Amino acid sequence: MNVKTLIFALLLPVSALAQGFAGLGGTADGFDIPKPGYRLDFPTDHGPHPSYRIEWWYLTANLTGEDGREYGVQWTLFRSALKPFEQAGWQSPQIWMGHAALTTPDHHYFAERLSRGGIGQAGVTANPFEAWIDEWGMRGETLQALHVVAGGPRFGYDLNLIASGPLILHGDNGFSVKSAERQASHYYSQPGYAVQGVLHLPDRDVTVTGHGWLDREWSSQPLAADQSGWDWFSLSLDSGDKLMAFRLRGTRGDFTSATWINPDGTSQSLPNGAVSFMPLETSRVANRDIPTEWRVTLPDKDLDVEVRAQNPNAWMGTQFQYWEGPVTVSGSHDGRGYLEMTGY
Amino acid sequence: MTRTVIQALWSHWRVHRLQLATLLIGIALATGLWSAVQAINAEARASYTRANQQLALGQMDALRHPSGIIPLETYVALRRAGWQVAAVLEGRYRVGGRTVDLTGIDMVTYPALPAVSQLEQTVSPPSPADLLTAPGRLLASPELEPLLARQPDLPPVIVSTSLPSGVVLTDIGVAEILLGRPNQISRLAVLPDQPRGIPPLSQIAPDLQRQSPADQVDTARLTDSFHLNLSAFGLLSFAVGLFIVHGTVGLAFAQRRGMVRTLRAMGVPIGTLARIIMAELVCFALAGGIIGLVLGYALAGVLLPDVAATLRGLYGASVQGQLALRPEWILLGLAMSAGGTLAASGHALWRLSRIPLLSGPGMQTWRGRGLGRLLGGAAGIALLLGGVVVFLTFDGLIAGFVMLAGILTGSALLLPILLSGILSLFSRLAQAPVPQWVLADMQAQLPGLSLALMALLLALAANIGVGTMVSSFRLTFTGWLDQRLMSELYVTATDSSQGREIQAWLSPRVDAVLPIRNVELAHETGPLFLYGIVDHATYRENWPLVATQPDVWTKVLNDGAILINEQLARRANLWPGDSIALTADWVLPIAGVYSDYGNPTGQAIVAMELFDMVAPGADFRRFGIRVAPERARELAQALQNQFELGPGATIHQAALKAQSRAVFEKTFVVTSALNILTLGVAGFAILTSLLTLWTQRLPQIAPVWAMGMTRSRLAGLELVRSLFLALLTACLALPLGLLLAWVLLAVINVQAFGWRLPMYLFPMSWVQLFLLTLVAAAIAAALPAWRLRQLPPANLLRVFANER
Repeated sequence: MNVKTLIFALLLPVSALAQGFAGLGGTADGFDIPKPGYRLDFPTDHGPHPSYRIEWWYLTANLTGEDGREYGVQWTLFRSALKPFEQAGWQSPQIWMGHAALTTPDHHYFAERLSRGGIGQAGVTANPFEAWIDEWGMRGETLQALHVVAGGPRFGYDLNLIASGPLILHGDNGFSVKSAERQASHYYSQPGYAVQGVLHLPDRDVTVTGHGWLDREWSSQPLAADQSGWDWFSLSLDSGDKLMAFRLRGTRGDFTSATWINPDGTSQSLPNGAVSFMPLETSRVANRDIPTEWRVTLPDKDLDVEVRAQNPNAWMGTQFQYWEGPVTVSGSHDGRGYLEMTGY
Repeated sequence: MTRTVIQALWSHWRVHRLQLATLLIGIALATGLWSAVQAINAEARASYTRANQQLALGQMDALRHPSGIIPLETYVALRRAGWQVAAVLEGRYRVGGRTVDLTGIDMVTYPALPAVSQLEQTVSPPSPADLLTAPGRLLASPELEPLLARQPDLPPVIVSTSLPSGVVLTDIGVAEILLGRPNQISRLAVLPDQPRGIPPLSQIAPDLQRQSPADQVDTARLTDSFHLNLSAFGLLSFAVGLFIVHGTVGLAFAQRRGMVRTLRAMGVPIGTLARIIMAELVCFALAGGIIGLVLGYALAGVLLPDVAATLRGLYGASVQGQLALRPEWILLGLAMSAGGTLAASGHALWRLSRIPLLSGPGMQTWRGRGLGRLLGGAAGIALLLGGVVVFLTFDGLIAGFVMLAGILTGSALLLPILLSGILSLFSRLAQAPVPQWVLADMQAQLPGLSLALMALLLALAANIGVGTMVSSFRLTFTGWLDQRLMSELYVTATDSSQGREIQAWLSPRVDAVLPIRNVELAHETGPLFLYGIVDHATYRENWPLVATQPDVWTKVLNDGAILINEQLARRANLWPGDSIALTADWVLPIAGVYSDYGNPTGQAIVAMELFDMVAPGADFRRFGIRVAPERARELAQALQNQFELGPGATIHQAALKAQSRAVFEKTFVVTSALNILTLGVAGFAILTSLLTLWTQRLPQIAPVWAMGMTRSRLAGLELVRSLFLALLTACLALPLGLLLAWVLLAVINVQAFGWRLPMYLFPMSWVQLFLLTLVAAAIAAALPAWRLRQLPPANLLRVFANER
């Protein structure tokens, strides 16, 4: 899941921290609630859902440079609705936030953009597909082939993505449960992008290739009141299998969920408790202790791996702060992936 | 020993309580007036800083369009090209009979402003939805809140103490609705962190101009001249206050000479004595300084609202009407009072330390010698010439003030020589012994009185000079208002389309509808407001031109020439026959220059057709309406009914004139107040000087009394002497005051405001001032004269019994 935060309480960090992470634990007055049995409809559902409180288009990519070094890239567009509708002009209640990051073995660059809907500065269209904020964009005729650009004062990237394999619907046909109280979101992914492009570093450009993973999720209240944050993993194993797994940390116990994706594109949703997570080592980042080395086990699939941050300092020092960076997988399986941790 | 010495010294003040009070009052007045001006200046400057911080001006570059309007699409295009800019929409908004500055910022992208950050710390902060979506919220200073809260149509108001008064801050989505300017942006703030490799501005929005903070209106710079003016007045008051200190300390020291002699004869070293007296003075300075600070704070509190009104009227600068107590102000005030007291007493202290141990308490040691007087005269001439040379060499406002200071102090130093010369002239004419004695006695008194008379000279000259300037300005301004405000009615529509409807509706009903349209352009001398006018006799016949070419109106209305205001003409040194570049594409010949008082910025006028080409998108909302005066009221009512205009949307000429005059009068309230206070202080200085002299005069009076002149007669002559000296000083102050007025009108005003005013003379006010001076001198001399009259003959006899 990528319950990326929202937000925009961040604008005025007023309600942030009031309850749970970024106000995600609040009630959903007037907003639509995800319903089990809803049939996702494409390409329409690639577009925005203004009647839901939060939504995101979330791309992460593990890349290898011509210089042989490992890189990680994040491109995210968040939508946060102050009210459950859209209207033209400045008074649109839809707020957009972009996060872009480029992680090298020794540096982590990031940038943030804010905009509101209604004036054309940021938004998403489903057909043809385009998600944008300022000059940052993710666009293509469909989700099959995307062109992704973003940058900040000291970095930038320009990537082309070609999808192989089908969209993966998490949970029950895309209805992804987040707590024992059945808080949920609509959640699907395209985990199989082949990526090539150029990274702009402060001193040079690097040509890169690799693979990317796009998450799409929307909801109005994805966290239970007692939940304070989450640890989310997307792992691409050398065997061709893929694993999406997350743990929501709550005072009444953790809630886990996962999806195992086979090399042929078929997938299997795994219930609460199927995957277990254990922090092995923490790093001091941004004055907090962040677990940057984990043991992840999934006995059903004989998976018992150590997941290690490629750069422990992948801290997103944005208005809303979290850890997000590329990881290396070793143990019963080898591979690479992305890790996101919030609420620390 | 120290303790004994202190007790002995203090005994003097226990006996002479009035003297102690005078000394403290002198110090307090000097410190008080000076500190009041400083407090006002500090408050105003703090307001400017707050305003600049509030809107993050002076930190970020801005993008502007020549028409004053940036379309929303341009903003989005810039953003989508990577330019990190934040939108601001500014305008004047009339609410409840008052005009406020409405600033709408894009609260999503604009950097955190103090007023917004402050919100987060409140008990129940508004949610983002409250601020960003309808109806929105208005942020305003506590002073504006009640006014805004009374309006039922306005969004809810949130009080913010970090906003300047007169400013309403809101989200741009709310501002565009209130101002009736949908999808318009006034300027784009260029944010600090721009991404790599963004395309140049010329590629995305070639029409926009980028201004660095230095090019934008800087209130602090604009109002510098005004504050310099106030400071100069404060310094003058301080100097006059120090005259009192000087007089009192001189008196006290003279009276304590006997005691000092005794103490020294008893073995107290002169060094110890000097140190203790110095410490005594510092204590008095601090005590007087504290009283002065209290006075100054109170005075500043009284004057500040007027100063704020002035600054708002003249410069559009917003200053909070409340005074804050600043520690640096207290320290500076006490330092000034201590420094000033020691400076004013230094002379007396130095003399005290030089008195031969056994010399008598005679007069002569306290007298200025003829040589000293000559030196003073020479210094006076040097200062006079120096001031003029500085002005001729350096030019500019500060040089203007240096010249003023040179002329004033130089003339003051020359005063004793002039007075002495005049008295000599009179004594040569005098035949009878009594007048001869009186004149000779005045000569003898002169050194002791000269400082007080100098203070009087300065106060009178300042009074005449400033009074002449203000009255000349008032006369010119009133005439100018009549010329400038010709339309009977002024109307403001809510937006341009309503403006066109109003114009169409009015045209058949009135003599003429004169659109008033303007845009803000950037000129090298600062912001320049360009106006478009239509051809009408209102302009041809009345517009107040100060420099023209022949056929000026034909050139402007038909041949594409331009009129500029006097401020711009002087600042850029452009006159009829020169050309001015409005933008790179528009270079226009200047056909005339018009006077434009009460406006700090540059302004220019072109024919409406030309204006439309330079600024096609400019508002079409304001009109001047020519109609028979008696129909104006009924027409205003009809307009309001027809177009549902608010009461503030139509303004009558008479109301506008009254408002302008009120602003003008307020402008000079502070000046007049300081003026009168200075004169009062000068009168007080004469009193203290006469009291000082009084103790020393018995030896001179006793022989005259012994020769048969009655005490009443002597007392009468005492009064006459004082009046005569005051009158002589006043006569000398008149030319000095007129010179001062000329410098103020022709030099200081031009530098400070950018306009030159004709000088008018007002002899009746001089007569009033002279009478006032005589009254002050009579009051000052009354106490010594009364004492003389009541003096027991035994005291006069004792003069002969004493050693002298």
